[in-house]
Amino acid sequence: MAENRTHAEAAEEFLKDEERTHWHDDTLWHVRTKRDTAAQKLPEWEVLRENASQIKEYVLSHLDELLIQFENNATANGVTVIWAKNAQEHNDHVYRILQENHVKNLVKSKSILTEECGLNHFLEAKGYDVVDTDLGERIIQFNHQVPSHIVMPAIHLKKKEIGDIFHKHLGTDAGADDPQYLTEAARLHLREKFIQANAAITGVNFGIAETGGFVVCTNEGNADMGTHLADIHIACMGIEKLIPRAADLGVYLRLLARSATGQSITNYNSHFHRPSPGKKMYIILVDNGRTEQLGREDFRNSLKCIRCGACMNTCPIYRRSSGFSYGSTVPGPIGSILSPGIDLKKHSTLPFASTLCGSCSDVCPVKINIHEQLYKWRQVIAKEGNPEPAKKWAMKLAGKVLGNPTLYNIMGKSARTALKLSPNSLIYTRFNAWGKKRDLPEVPKESFKEWYKKNRTND
Amino acid sequence: MKVGLFIPCYVDQFYPSAAIASLELLEKYGVEVDYPMDQTCCGQPMANSGYEHYGKDAGELFMKNFGDFEYIVAPSGSCTLHVKEHLLSHDGTGPKIYELCEFLTDVLQVSEIHASFPHRVGFHSSCHGLRGLHLAKPSEIVGKDFNKPVSLLEKINGLELVKLDRKDECCGFGGTFAVFEEGISVQMGKDRLADHLDKGVEVITAADMSCLMHLEGLLKREKSSVKIMHIAEILNGNPIHS
Ligand code: SF4
Repeated sequence: MAENRTHAEAAEEFLKDEERTHWHDDTLWHVRTKRDTAAQKLPEWEVLRENASQIKEYVLSHLDELLIQFENNATANGVTVIWAKNAQEHNDHVYRILQENHVKNLVKSKSILTEECGLNHFLEAKGYDVVDTDLGERIIQFNHQVPSHIVMPAIHLKKKEIGDIFHKHLGTDAGADDPQYLTEAARLHLREKFIQANAAITGVNFGIAETGGFVVCTNEGNADMGTHLADIHIACMGIEKLIPRAADLGVYLRLLARSATGQSITNYNSHFHRPSPGKKMYIILVDNGRTEQLGREDFRNSLKCIRCGACMNTCPIYRRSSGFSYGSTVPGPIGSILSPGIDLKKHSTLPFASTLCGSCSDVCPVKINIHEQLYKWRQVIAKEGNPEPAKKWAMKLAGKVLGNPTLYNIMGKSARTALKLSPNSLIYTRFNAWGKKRDLPEVPKESFKEWYKKNRTND
Repeated sequence: MKVGLFIPCYVDQFYPSAAIASLELLEKYGVEVDYPMDQTCCGQPMANSGYEHYGKDAGELFMKNFGDFEYIVAPSGSCTLHVKEHLLSHDGTGPKIYELCEFLTDVLQVSEIHASFPHRVGFHSSCHGLRGLHLAKPSEIVGKDFNKPVSLLEKINGLELVKLDRKDECCGFGGTFAVFEEGISVQMGKDRLADHLDKGVEVITAADMSCLMHLEGLLKREKSSVKIMHIAEILNGNPIHS
């Protein structure tokens, strides 16, 4: 993965295959288009977004009370609620629960939080075979990859590549890439795993403080399949996933599916309240840096995110560099404002992987000002040590010249003169990133200021 | 009416024709235009790269030059947005800044433009003007459609505006992004151009010269005959660049 590379370096790698870049861009743009069509059908769309944003605003400013309320209600329902400060604690709790309940086989539906905590690796090292039951996640699990997108984890793979993976792991016919045929094979394979499982791990899309219940959204029904068959249900939930009331749910469910895929509703919105008789249900509430993010005034509302993935689909940079170029669990625009809060040094190039076009903020169903936060992270990174000294020098020099009219006039003129006189071989060197594939503008005979002096002196 | 004309640094240095057209256009509508001679830049290039503090001098200089105007007009959505968000007061006091097109539509409320431009034109919606200044309704937003720069172009005789597949995707310029993320920047530019070129445009125009500089760089490298022109030049009745 891209851990040690800058975003630009990782992107460069991806861009080498121009045909694939176009395919990736088109695929995600298609999803964005479907989202547009679905959103346009609701005249109240912008009001919904505003409501969703305000409700989450309330949640973030009352998180302490709401969490306690949620815990109390869930506990009263017969659910065991556990708090985890960080990824390690979360993983330890899961492991302990599995041990205590003598779990041998476990299935897991999609949860970005468990990706964030590295749960699969952790459990595999302890000898567990963690079976991801979301189709996309199963594919990348076979392929020893992490998700490249939070909603469509295998979106970076083409049909044919998936056919090859299935051929290798599930024994489907070589060269077969008919989605219907492949899905059927996956279905049979997963059914077997569901039946054998003693424990099911799920994520949580929404935890409802008022009831202590929670909702898991899947398109494949795999969360239900897993939890209904297994005796143990472990729900892993980031502390920001709360909403105050069950009545608020409608706002989010309407926004989530439309923003994510353009569906009017996710196929399965499964409500969980209490364990069935004789079974056990656990909720692990995970902080893992969220409280710290909540304390950063400029960045706190990044915690409003409902993980719809729309900001990825719309991002012209994400579409042309793929999720892996970000080197973080959550890629794309939202990842670029969350990840620096987790490890500033490692993710210092992400806030710069943007033109600040603002499409992410306009598409976001909870109205996170993503591009403004990217701008703010840039200021933080520049102050706390930019790993690119050349940039710092260039900016310092530019600041000096542009802050002084005399210097500006002289520099402007001499730069134009230099450009005019220099042979192209001197201008278009490997140090000139602009000029690799682009010409510089033609040098005019005079600046506007010089023209103005001659033509409007009496004004 | 008196306005202060702000010409961004790179327009001053590399695209004086866009600046002259802006000036002439405002004069045509009877506006008294003052161009403070000591102006340079608003500080955006530094700020967007994370170095707000290095742009401070430029910002202060800007306010020295423009602080006393009631209206400031600039032929660039991006610079206008930066000035609006970072330099001017947000409490309704002090100068108000307008991007050129919105000044024409909202303040001057021009109903007619006496210009002709018998060419196939592609309009590039620059992001900062679009989503920051709300010069048009972005495609992500649900609501009534409007587009201020396009409404002006529609008043030009003979001008044939093409319909793009992606009407407001970013061109990939993004200031220092163009250099530090060169690969993606170029790919975005190429993709944006392809959308225009597919539709057989002769000219690509925009309310931001920076996007056009990037697209022009790509066009010229490919030896394309397609021209770029700032929207002010078309509105001012300038002929197509030779
Ligand atoms: S930031 Fe907004 S658009 Fe992006 S995934 Fe989160 S909710 Fe969706």
